[in-house]
Amino acid sequence: MSNVTIHAIFDDEVPLLASARTLRSNGVRIKDVFTPFPVHGLDEAIGLPRTWIAICAFIYGITGTCLATLMMWYMMIHDWPTDIGGKPSFSYYMNVPAFIPITFESTVLCAAHGMAITFYLRCWLVPGAKPKNPDPRTTDDKFMMVIETKAENRGNLEAMLRKDGAIEINNNNFKYRN
Amino acid sequence: MHAESEIRTPLILGKKTYHQISEDIVRPIEGKATKQWYMLLTLATCCFLWGIGCLAYTIGTGIGVWGSNNGVDWAWDITNFVWWIGIGHAGTLISAVLLLFRQKWRMAINRSAEAMTIFAVMCAAIFVVLHTGRPWLDYWLFPLPNQFGSLWVNFNSPLLWDVFAVSTYFSVSLVFWYTGLVPDFAMIRDRAVKPFAKKMYTLLSMGWGGSARHWSRFEEVSLVLAGLSTPLVFSVHSIVSMDFATSIVPGWHTTIFPPYFVAGAVFSGFAMVLTLLLIMRKVYHLENYITVKHIEYMNIIIIVTGSIVGVAYLTELFISWYSGVEYEQYAFINRATGPYWWAYAAMMTCNVVSPQVFWIKKLRTNLAFTFVMSIIVNIGMWFERFVIIVPTLCRTFLPSTWNMYHPTFVDIGIFTGTIGMFFTFFLLFTRYFPVIAQAELKSIIKSSGQEYKDKAKHHAH
Repeated sequence: MSNVTIHAIFDDEVPLLASARTLRSNGVRIKDVFTPFPVHGLDEAIGLPRTWIAICAFIYGITGTCLATLMMWYMMIHDWPTDIGGKPSFSYYMNVPAFIPITFESTVLCAAHGMAITFYLRCWLVPGAKPKNPDPRTTDDKFMMVIETKAENRGNLEAMLRKDGAIEINNNNFKYRN
Repeated sequence: MHAESEIRTPLILGKKTYHQISEDIVRPIEGKATKQWYMLLTLATCCFLWGIGCLAYTIGTGIGVWGSNNGVDWAWDITNFVWWIGIGHAGTLISAVLLLFRQKWRMAINRSAEAMTIFAVMCAAIFVVLHTGRPWLDYWLFPLPNQFGSLWVNFNSPLLWDVFAVSTYFSVSLVFWYTGLVPDFAMIRDRAVKPFAKKMYTLLSMGWGGSARHWSRFEEVSLVLAGLSTPLVFSVHSIVSMDFATSIVPGWHTTIFPPYFVAGAVFSGFAMVLTLLLIMRKVYHLENYITVKHIEYMNIIIIVTGSIVGVAYLTELFISWYSGVEYEQYAFINRATGPYWWAYAAMMTCNVVSPQVFWIKKLRTNLAFTFVMSIIVNIGMWFERFVIIVPTLCRTFLPSTWNMYHPTFVDIGIFTGTIGMFFTFFLLFTRYFPVIAQAELKSIIKSSGQEYKDKAKHHAH
């Protein structure tokens, strides 16, 4: 039996959320939902796991802290310690108060840019990428649910979607890329 | 759906649907530019070009063409640098701090405020780059291995902290701004008809589709970037203030500087946001999105930060007297009664006295009055930096080094040029970029839109 992809279009997020919950409780797997703005509660309604991107940011931040520490220790203490204004650079421990600002900036720099790069690559938002939404109306005011199902279930599913308030149901062969 | 008290003033006026919001935001981009826009752009570009001329003259001849001299070796350059970077702070405060505090009114103004931040920091950077005297050697500011036996930069110096702080601040703000723009570019792309516009917005939106998975990452990224930008914005102006505070110059060597500078930065930044938004909402007919309530909220922030600045000025005066240090006392007496007393008086009037009128509701909801006030505050904050720098340096420890400072046409030209550059970029931004974060705005229409609030009220009764 072959699989078919159904595109169900809603014109409001309230029936969309309700419909997503009904479908999930009936065991239908929702492949994706395209919305013009972040709809709160949609993640759990379609069973999305929580994103790890904040944890990545933390790791990048720690990396930034370490890099800055290493850099300043090497340059100021190890490689060429200079006596500036009668304040010699003997040890990292003695100099650390003066190093705090740059350590902080470097932490923020690495965390922010690392996380942004991860976000853009993970969502494959790169210059020249093709628009990922199958229907251009979904960035304006329409909400689209993408469901993959066996061809025999299609009639049943479409009836359910219509009952829940889908204003349009169609299927095409749009290539998805997450 | 998050229910909101009906007493709260609606943030989006009129009968707006999701589609209507898209239409309203895209109108300035898809429509033809008005005559006023071209006139303003021409004026701004002329100032910008004049600035570039003065800049080239400075680089070609040396900073001797400025009014700075042996005693007053920091003058308009650093005044303008601090002024611009301070203006930038409001953008980050609106987009990051107000996001963390879940202030929904930020959504109508965050995009343009962030754009303002980026352009302001670019203007500030020009002065930092130039004031070194030999800008072609500015790469010496970075810790690069070099031919001098690898003589490294001095990490104990606040001037170097500044290099790191400002570059981090600029790049992080840029990323924060652009990430927010991506879904809005996608909206413009999906409705663009002209092939060239479609191509450009396809490129800018980088393939955004609004999938649930992407939105969930997007929201997390916004939240974490806001969390990172909040301490960042406080650190940047604290570090700028340490350029002064860690020196031993009387009048600069004070521990109050970091909080005082940060409050002043937010104060001047909000004034600049008001200047820009009051024009923008009128020209682009955004009165339903940037409402009088938004202006009032910003004016309240002006009162708060203006009062903090006022308290800081008075604390400085008190502490200089209380310290018993003669030099410290003289620095402040000289500021208030010395040759630059008029700058001090302008600063006190514009920053401390004038914002207090916003306690009157009628005045803080009056748009024309607010516009005039926003310009007064900007002038006052420029004078604050001037007062800190020039009068202090023209009367230091050794009376034989005392001399006056007079700006030359090059000083004035470069400053005018940065104002021109700022407005050129801002005008181009309002013409080609979505000036309001429409995706975010759509998510609050049901809780804060006037129509929905009225409906909810009728239901309740």
